[in-house]
Amino acid sequence: MSGDWAGGAGGAGGRLLEVRDLHVQIPTRRGTVRAVDGVSLEVAGGEALGLVGESGSGKSMTLRAILGVLPSEAKVTAGQILLDGVDLVPLSSSDLNKIRGPKMSMIFQEPMSALNPVMRVGQQIAEGPRVHLGYSRARAAERALELMRRVGIPDPERRFRAYPHEFSGGMRQRVMIAIALSCDPEFILCDEPTTALDVTIQDQILRLLARLCAESGVSLIFVTHDLPVVAQLCQRVAVMYGGQLVETGDVRDVLLEPRHPYTLGLVRSAPDIEEVRESLVPIPGSPPSLVSPPSGCRFHPRCAFAEEDCTVLPTPLRELAGRPRARSTACLHYERCEDAAGAGRAVP
Amino acid sequence: MTAGAGTGPLLSAEDIAVYFPVGSQLAAAVRHQPRMLHAVDGVDLDLAKGEALALVGESGSGKSTLALTLAGLRGADRGQIKLDGRVLRANRSRADQRRIQMVFQDPYSSLNPRLTVGGMLAELLKVHHIVPRGEVTAYSAELLRLVGLGEDALRAQPRQFSGGQRQRVAIARALALRPDILVADEPVSALDVSVQATILNLLRDLRAELGLTLLLISHNLAVVRHLCDRVAVMYLGRIVEIGPAAALFANPRHPYTRGLLAAIPRLTVAPDQAEKEAEEGPAVAGDMPSALRIPAGCRFRTRCPIAQDICATQDPALLHDPADPARQAACHFAFGTAPLVPAAAPAAAAAPDGPDGPDVPRQRQPGQRQTGPGLRKE
Amino acid sequence: MSAISMPEPALAAQAEQHAQPRQARRWYRQPALAAGLILLGLIVLAAIAAPLITPYNPIKQNLTASLLSPSAHHWLGTDQTGRDTFARLLYGLRTDLRIAFIAVLLPFCIGVILGSISGYFGGWVDTVLMRLVDIVVAFPFYVLIIALVFVLGPGQRSIYIAITLVGWVSYARIIRGEILVAKRQDYVLAARSGGLSPVRIIGRHLLPNVISQAIIYAMSDIVQDILAIVTLGYFGLGVPPPTPDLGSMINDGQNFLTTHWQLTTFPGLAVVLVGLALSLIGDGLADIIRPGTT
Repeated sequence: MSGDWAGGAGGAGGRLLEVRDLHVQIPTRRGTVRAVDGVSLEVAGGEALGLVGESGSGKSMTLRAILGVLPSEAKVTAGQILLDGVDLVPLSSSDLNKIRGPKMSMIFQEPMSALNPVMRVGQQIAEGPRVHLGYSRARAAERALELMRRVGIPDPERRFRAYPHEFSGGMRQRVMIAIALSCDPEFILCDEPTTALDVTIQDQILRLLARLCAESGVSLIFVTHDLPVVAQLCQRVAVMYGGQLVETGDVRDVLLEPRHPYTLGLVRSAPDIEEVRESLVPIPGSPPSLVSPPSGCRFHPRCAFAEEDCTVLPTPLRELAGRPRARSTACLHYERCEDAAGAGRAVP
Repeated sequence: MTAGAGTGPLLSAEDIAVYFPVGSQLAAAVRHQPRMLHAVDGVDLDLAKGEALALVGESGSGKSTLALTLAGLRGADRGQIKLDGRVLRANRSRADQRRIQMVFQDPYSSLNPRLTVGGMLAELLKVHHIVPRGEVTAYSAELLRLVGLGEDALRAQPRQFSGGQRQRVAIARALALRPDILVADEPVSALDVSVQATILNLLRDLRAELGLTLLLISHNLAVVRHLCDRVAVMYLGRIVEIGPAAALFANPRHPYTRGLLAAIPRLTVAPDQAEKEAEEGPAVAGDMPSALRIPAGCRFRTRCPIAQDICATQDPALLHDPADPARQAACHFAFGTAPLVPAAAPAAAAAPDGPDGPDVPRQRQPGQRQTGPGLRKE
Repeated sequence: MSAISMPEPALAAQAEQHAQPRQARRWYRQPALAAGLILLGLIVLAAIAAPLITPYNPIKQNLTASLLSPSAHHWLGTDQTGRDTFARLLYGLRTDLRIAFIAVLLPFCIGVILGSISGYFGGWVDTVLMRLVDIVVAFPFYVLIIALVFVLGPGQRSIYIAITLVGWVSYARIIRGEILVAKRQDYVLAARSGGLSPVRIIGRHLLPNVISQAIIYAMSDIVQDILAIVTLGYFGLGVPPPTPDLGSMINDGQNFLTTHWQLTTFPGLAVVLVGLALSLIGDGLADIIRPGTT
C-alpha cells in the first residue's frame, strides 16, 4: 500500500518526524470515508515540507492526525507517527499535551477563530511557556515580548495588552506564529496559513516563516493548495490525491518536471503570471469518492495516460532511478509525463 | 441594442465615490459629522467596447464596491456613470440594468437554493421579454449548453451541483439577459485549482464568442494576466495605476504595482534568485491603513519605499505617461522625474513595520523580476 | 469534504447522491412530526365528524337530565342544564379550532408582509415598524388580548381583531430577522442585477427561503391562540353562549368540581392534547424545513 521514500534533504538533524503508512478513517452514513489511506512521510530537522492537494485530498487530515487533533469522528486506524522514534498514535491526550507546544505546534488558516477573543494577545503568547516550560509570570511576559519582536509586531510593549480584534489579519497571523514558537518547538504544522491573506501580507508571512526556519532550525510541514507558495517556501513537496501520496521530491524538480499526471495537471491548470498561455488545461472529471475509491491508481479515471494496468495494479510510491535526490512517484507510466511536460512547457 | 456613440467608451465612470457610515448614527448626529469609511474615493474609469479590464488590489481597496456601483447594485455618493455616453440614473431602468450583469465570487450564496436552474433563467427571460414565451425553455437550454452544462441541469436545483458547475450556472444566468458588459467579481477564487481552469477558459471563450466586454475583479494577478487586456490597480479607494496588461506587468510605474507584482509567489524561481530574495525584506511592508483614516498626501506613502517629503503633502493625480498615453499612474515619481531608488525615506518610519524591524521595505527595479526562459529550466 | 467536480457527466451522479439525505427527512421518518400529525388528525376528525359521533344537540337544554354521571347514554355525563358533555366537548373543539386556525392566518400574513418590508428596505420604514413592534411586545400577550376583547366586546369578531393586532408582531420580527440575513446573500444581488422588482425579489426569492421559520412559529402560535380563546371563554369574553366552547365549559363546570369533576377535566384535557399535537408538529417541522440544508 505504501512506499517509503527515504532521505530528507539531509539536514543536520537527521530524521525527526516520520509518518509510516498512516490511515485515517471517518465512519459516515454512506460508508467509511478513507480520508488518509497509507501515507508515509519524513521531515528532517530544519526542513520545510509542502503538502499539496485540493480540497478532499486528505492533506489537512494528515496534518491533524500528526498533531493528534482529528475531529472526534475520525480515527487513526493504522500506521505510526514517530517523533524522535516515539510513536504518537497510541499516546493519551494528556501525554500528547506534553508534546504539543514544546515539540510541535500548529498555525491555522483563520487566526481570528484560533485566538481567544477575550484574552490579551501577550498573555496568549505567554501561556505556553508558563504551562509547558514552567516560566514565572514575569519571565513568560518577557519571553512573549521577545517573540513579538521576532515575528515583526511593531511596538510590542503596547501591543502586548491589546486584544486580537485590534489586530489586522496579517498581524494576527504573526501572533499565531509567535504562539507557535513560544515553546521552541521542533516542528510547526501549518494549515493553509496564508490562504486568507492578501498577497502582500502573504509575502510578508512567507518570508517570516522562511527566516524563522533558517534561524532556529525549526521544521515546517506546510499544507496548501497553492503550488507557487510551496515553491517559494519549501525545499521538499509531497502531492496528495484521494487520500494518498502521488509524488514526492525536491520542490523544483517536482513542480518543473512533474512525474505524475496529477501534478502535471495541477501545474498546467493554474494560470502563470510569468507566461500567458492560449488556454489552460483543466483536469477532466471529478475527484474520487473516498468511500469507494477507484481500483488501481486512484487518478486513472481522469488520467490521459492511463493504461489497462493502471486500473488494477496497486500504485505505491516508487523511487525514481538516477536522481541526485530522493524523488518518488506513484505513476506506473511516469515517463509519459516527461514527454507531455516537455511539449507543454516548450518555451523558446 | 443601442448603437455605440461613435468611438466613445461603452461605460465610463466619472469621479465615483462611495462612503459607508460607520459607528453609532446617534453619535454622528451629535457631532454633526458622521464617521465615513471612504470605500471608493474618486475613481474615473473608461471601459471600451469589447475589451477586458481587470480591477486588481488587496481586500479593502474598494474594488468590489466599485464593481457593485458600476453594476447598479449600490448607489454612489458622488460622480456619475455613463453608458454609451448617456448618464445613468441612480435608480436604473430595467433596460439599462439589463446591459450590465454580474457574476459573484461565492457560487454557493449566489444561487437561490429554492429555485431550479430552469426556473431562475425563465424568470429573467420572461421579465425582460428576451425571447417569446414559447421559446424560453429552448433558449435556457441553449444558454446552459453555452456554459458547458447539459439540458438536464434545467430541472436541477443548485445543491445538486459542485462549485464549478454552480459558477457555470451563475454565468449562464448573467448571460441570459444578453448583457453588453459582464462584471465578474473574483469568479474563481472560491474554487479549487483544477476547477478554476475550466471557468477561466470558459470566460475567455465566451468573450471571444459573444464579443462581451469584461470587467474582472480579482486579487490574483495570474488570473488577470490570463484574461485581460488592460489592468487598473486600486489602493485605498483610488486607482493608482492603469494601463495595458502586458506593459503594466513588464514595467510597472507605481511603487505599489511593483510591490504587488513582486509579492506573488512564483512556480518557477531559479534557486539562486530564490536565495537572494530570501535575504531581502518583503515586497510591500506593513498593512494597508484603514479607509477611515486615509493618510494625507499620497495614500500609499506609509508603505512606500521611495516616499519623499512631497508625498506627505501633495496627493498625486492620476497622470498620463508622456511616453505612452495609454498608461496612467498616480505617483510623483512615476515617469522618471525623481529617484526610483529609495532615499532616506522619511515616511517609512511611520510605517507599522519600522526600519528597525526585520521587514525593511525593498524596491525592485522594473524588470528585475523578469525571469528569463533560461531560469525556467536548466 | 466538499465535492469538486466537472461538468456534464457528474451531474446525474451528484443528483443521485443528494437524493438520499432528502428521503431520510421524509415526514414519516420524524417520530415527533408523525405523532403530532396523527394526534391532530384524530382530534380534527372527531371535531368535524361530531354530528356522526354523537346524537345529542350541544345547545338544546334538558333540565330533567341535569348533572347526570357518565353512563352508556351520556359518555361524559351532562351539565347543569342537561346538555351532553361529550357532545359539547366535540362541538366546542369545532368552534375553538376553527377560530384558532382562522385567527392565526391574519397575523401571519400581516406580520410576514410587514416584516419583509421592514427587513428588505430598512431605513425609516424599518425604524417605525420596529418601534411599533416594541410597544406591542412590551405588554403580556394574554393581558393585551383580554383587554382588547373587553374594549371591543365579546364575540368572534373581537377575538379575530384582538389576536391580529397583537399576534402580527412575532411574525414581523421573525421574518425581518431572517430577511436581514438572507438579503446579504449574493442571490439577492443577482436578482437585483437582473432588474427584478422588489416585490418579486421578496416574494419569489426571499420568502421561500425564510418563510419556514414563520410556519414553525405559527404552530406554537395556534396553541397560544387556543389558550387565549379558552381563557376568554373562561372569563365570559369569548364566544357568547350557548355556542359550545371549551373555556366556558371549564368555567361552568368548576362550580361542581368536587362532585362532577368530568365537567372541567375533559375540556381541559382536550386543550392539552391539541397543544401537545401542535407542539410536536412544530418541532418536527423545525427539524425538516430548517433552511440552509444545502
